[in-house]
Amino acid sequence: MNKITKYIYSAAGPILSIIISLIFGAVLIALIGKNPIDIYTKMFSDTIGNSYGFGQVMFKSTTLIFTGLAAAFAFKAGLFNIGAEGQLTIGAFASAWVGITFVNFPWQIIIPLSLLAAFIGGAFWAGIAGYLKARFGSHEVINTIMLNFIAMALVSYIVNNIYLVPATIHTPEISPESVLLRFDILTGMFKGSPFNLSFPIAIGACILMYLIINKSVLGYRIRTYGFNPFAAEYAKMKSGRIILWSMAVSGGLAGLGGLNFVNGYKHYFELGLSENAGYIGIAVALIARNNPFAIIPVSIFFGILEYGGLTVNTLVPKEIVTIMQGIIILLIIAVTKIFEKKFKVKTV
Amino acid sequence: MREQTANSVSVQLIDIVKSFQAGYNANDHVNFSAYPGEIHALIGENGAGKSTLMNILYGMYQADSGKILINGKEAKFRSPADAIKLGVGMVHQHFMLVNTFSVLENIILGDEDTFRFDVIDMKRSKQKVIELKKSFEINVELDDISGGLAVGIQQKIEILKLLYRNAEIMILDEPTAILTPQETEELFKTLAELKNSGKTIILITHKLGEVLAISDRVTVLRRGKVTGILKTNQTSSNELAKMITGRSIESQVIKKSAGGEKIILEVNDLYINNDRGSLAINGISLIIKEGEIFGIAGVEGNGQEELAEAICGLRKISKGTINIAGIDDFKKSIAHIPANRHKYGIVKEFTLEENLILGREKEENFSNGWILNNKKINEFSEVIIEEYDIRPENSKALMEGLSGGNQQKAVAAREMTKNSDLVVISHPTRGLDILASEFVHRTILEESKKGKAILLISSDLSELLKLSDKIAVMYNGRITGELDPKSTNENEIGEYMTGLKSNKR
Ligand SMILES: Nc1ncnc2c1ncn2[C@@H]1O[C@H](COP(=O)(O)OP(=O)(O)OP(=O)(O)O)[C@@H](O)[C@H]1O
Ligand SMILES: [Mg+2]
Repeated sequence: MNKITKYIYSAAGPILSIIISLIFGAVLIALIGKNPIDIYTKMFSDTIGNSYGFGQVMFKSTTLIFTGLAAAFAFKAGLFNIGAEGQLTIGAFASAWVGITFVNFPWQIIIPLSLLAAFIGGAFWAGIAGYLKARFGSHEVINTIMLNFIAMALVSYIVNNIYLVPATIHTPEISPESVLLRFDILTGMFKGSPFNLSFPIAIGACILMYLIINKSVLGYRIRTYGFNPFAAEYAKMKSGRIILWSMAVSGGLAGLGGLNFVNGYKHYFELGLSENAGYIGIAVALIARNNPFAIIPVSIFFGILEYGGLTVNTLVPKEIVTIMQGIIILLIIAVTKIFEKKFKVKTV
Repeated sequence: MREQTANSVSVQLIDIVKSFQAGYNANDHVNFSAYPGEIHALIGENGAGKSTLMNILYGMYQADSGKILINGKEAKFRSPADAIKLGVGMVHQHFMLVNTFSVLENIILGDEDTFRFDVIDMKRSKQKVIELKKSFEINVELDDISGGLAVGIQQKIEILKLLYRNAEIMILDEPTAILTPQETEELFKTLAELKNSGKTIILITHKLGEVLAISDRVTVLRRGKVTGILKTNQTSSNELAKMITGRSIESQVIKKSAGGEKIILEVNDLYINNDRGSLAINGISLIIKEGEIFGIAGVEGNGQEELAEAICGLRKISKGTINIAGIDDFKKSIAHIPANRHKYGIVKEFTLEENLILGREKEENFSNGWILNNKKINEFSEVIIEEYDIRPENSKALMEGLSGGNQQKAVAAREMTKNSDLVVISHPTRGLDILASEFVHRTILEESKKGKAILLISSDLSELLKLSDKIAVMYNGRITGELDPKSTNENEIGEYMTGLKSNKR
């Protein structure tokens, strides 16, 4: 089988499962007495059909690209980082803190500083989980879950006691220089939507992940360890370092996701801003098979599902959309497995 | 052999074509047949398509075109389960036993007949296995735990597994590659029993001596095509070699005189535990000097692997010292061809070229310490492919798609070209064809001439005799004999290996 047919086969699985779940969703919608065609038409015209809706979709996708990359990066080392939620929160808070604190800095300095803060915040948080695994062998799933709880409580405490704007659940605003501009201000497109300059940063992050994984010595070692830890040991790679680094970079990518909300949208830090993006990122990575570039369309697809759910909120219960999302994920995983077996196409 | 008529033929493969990549047929219109009561050897160079052909007969792969006839009837196998239903079974080179199960449990595991209303009828199953053991004179303890048993025994378990499933056609893929001469002899006795009871045995091997000793007929494959079907008693080792390689080969390895004076490796009073916590190495001391090839003989499982792993830093030592001259962080720069190449030596999901830099990725040639130099890596890979004749000649081919022998060549190439004073080698030619073996032998000698100290562990005694400057025999975690290859022979080494003889302590 040549490369192109292989790509077709590996894309066919996800596409087929989307079609099946749309049919399944149609049945559900019909069961509650609504016309599926109407609902789907509204969902599509309000999301990809108009420029405001599409901006909303792209805004949601941007965060998912970051969290998807986070999950994918850890997967490459065979690690399961389910702590993107907490890492994103820490990253978002770190970036907000920079924007609130260094008010007099010009954007040329404060923007890179915010980026750095978001990355390091997330990297540090995931790094703790990595360290615990490398040092004591405690499983990264447990570590990252626990750190999620701690992150939420910690940030909530700090915000409530130090930074809170009275009668709200958010911090004061960051300096105008630290804002990542919206595309509607920049270009006039996507009128009114919060789609902003975090998106090109997300694309940059995809490229960065690709380069690290495929072109660097670290990436080579991460992949070796991920595929065959014994071979890594044989090759004298330091597994502890690989675990620490891959968790840190993974967490840093999740942390960058905080920019989208803080610097790109609300311009302050708000409790609960992650909105499960950390968990959805795991599904994104799974479906994109940890390929950093496939993560972009998959994130957009999830963005459509999320925002599409909101647009028909008044017509069908939100649960129906949630059920559909769940079914799509399950189907994609099942169908791709079947395709893998049947056509012997390789994933990841 | 019984009288053969067209309708007594048990296996017929007709015009089989199988291709994994466009432009090359791993099996190229292959015809093959075997009879009940026959041991049929299937031979050919690395990558010739032997495993592929047998995997098709076993239902693991599906042919692109062609027919399979079992006992004259066309069969369509979609999986090994279909094949075993028609009595076709295969023992792979890599055993698939559950380590924590007993021998008996492993034998009956997964066989549908064993289960009555989802309850295992242990007594009935055990009775059947005992009868099989008796009628084919296969000696294994059914209650032993499978993990940690010698490979020879694990292989017997695999054979019993097939018999338990009433296999009439048994395929063995390079069964002797990992066996000692004694174990091989036992296996051949079993195969003779099976043959006499009317089973069809198909045997893949690279050892022509074995072909001549035990088979009735031979089919030779080269680059996916059949180049000969012969009666064993009408051919010779020379003729077979010529058919395999397409030319006549002369096996000439010139041994050099032993090396210099500088001590490279010094092992002192070493004790090591094995995975189960008991003593694997029980007080070993040895010295290897530059340019010296130090051979270690022994029945597998007598501590050789643990010794190699400890020297390479893969296993903790409980007592004693290992010193390697001139290298502080010595563990980094030891070249090591591991016995278990699937576990340690390769990353099967990687491409060939990625595998060729495993453990060497930080070398100046392949990176600047941070960024891989993919161009240089690719150039290196192309040179290695050419030099070691690795097939397919494609640096980007996935390792898992390479034939067993070609994987071994890749590991050998990587380690033999590594710049290090000490090379630890386990079974360098296991699974290699004649030409590749010759090539690796020559390379080992050349590298030792350059001054490298080489520790050579092998169960192939002729290999040890041919290459080593000194031979030590390990038995029960100790060195029980130190022999001079010029004055000893395989028989004598064998006596030390089985503990009959000892010239130390
Ligand atoms: N799963 C696979 N994917 C891609 N190519 C494969 C696969 N299996 C085998 N091949 C290719 O088919 C050819 C024949 O391989 P095969 O394993 O049958 O060789 P072999 O005769 O058993 O060699 P060896 O003596 O080294 O075991 C080789 O070129 C190999 O690379
Ligand atoms: Mg093979």
